[in-house]
Amino acid sequence: MLFAFAVLLIFQCLGEAISHALALPVPGPVIGMLLLFVALLVSPALMERVEATGNALLSHLSLLFVPAGAGILATASTVQGHWLAVLASLVVGTVLTLTVTALVLRLLWRDALPEPAATGAAQSASASAVKGD
Amino acid sequence: MPHFYELSSIWVYLSASPLMGLTLTLCAYVVAFSIYRRLGFSPLANPVAMAIAMIVLILTLTGTSYQSYFSGAQFVHFLLGPATVALAIPLARQVQRLKRNFVALMAGLLAGSATAIVSSISLVALFGGGRPLAVSAAPKSATTPIAMAVAETFDGLPALTAVLVISTGIFGAISARFLFNMLRIRTPEIRGFALGVASHGIGTARAFQVNAEMGAFAGLGMGLNGVLTAVLTPWLLPRITAWFYGA
Repeated sequence: MLFAFAVLLIFQCLGEAISHALALPVPGPVIGMLLLFVALLVSPALMERVEATGNALLSHLSLLFVPAGAGILATASTVQGHWLAVLASLVVGTVLTLTVTALVLRLLWRDALPEPAATGAAQSASASAVKGD
Repeated sequence: MPHFYELSSIWVYLSASPLMGLTLTLCAYVVAFSIYRRLGFSPLANPVAMAIAMIVLILTLTGTSYQSYFSGAQFVHFLLGPATVALAIPLARQVQRLKRNFVALMAGLLAGSATAIVSSISLVALFGGGRPLAVSAAPKSATTPIAMAVAETFDGLPALTAVLVISTGIFGAISARFLFNMLRIRTPEIRGFALGVASHGIGTARAFQVNAEMGAFAGLGMGLNGVLTAVLTPWLLPRITAWFYGA
């Protein structure tokens, strides 16, 4: 677990360093994610060693947004009188974004999986999609 | 039995230490998550929204400032970095599906990212919001650190952007199931990717609670839209704001 956490932090540091050195508008952790993605494809052994810890961290990803979200306490006054604009942008903007992205993907998606063994997996996936979101 | 004065001085001591913010964050989330579980993981019972509401209520009732709360809560906030890096793990597991649908994913990403930026600015402007509000809302589908950096570049209000980003995440996580069912979109990878593009990490967190494929593609959508928002906003924002607000 400590090894895996160290790996995540090392890749974050690498990402931060690259972002800073090249003055990229993309934050370090996102670059770190892309670097780790490549590393995991190259080394299945690394995948074995980081997977459990990484998934444990991701299983409570929602928790990590709570501190910044509570910042609404400090910023609520800045939108006074413009709640309608904020609400319209939030609700309509998000619905539009979800709809456009999903419809374009559906139009171009190559659904059938090549390997015959995948039929069972595809069925269970579509079954879970009915209840899932 | 301790005197009231002593009790309140203990509270003053505790609320000034980072321990208070950290404890409050974890307790509120544990309570929110157990409600979420008890309601069968209904998207309507979003745990992030419930935990934030509890914390805001407690801070308001005790007269604690957000700054002193955040001095403790920042330890949780810090983990967003390593967690973002960790999104590579489920993604690497899905690399075959990713390769197969590369064109579709890129097209969906480009369309979704542009829609998010243009619609955020336009809707704020159409409903009478000012330029700083429009700028702060523009990158709200991107992940928090990217959105805040973008808002700062164009004289928006980064703290307001952070709140708009999180509200967008919560709203997407709550509404996606109903919207996708209405549109008859059933492929978990498509549902996940669109949720990640529109609602970044909070959408991704929700997607992982549904299933692993959806989570992996949501993480991909989040990561890619973070990058694309950073690239597209500097190009789109001046043009759209000039149209609504003048140069």
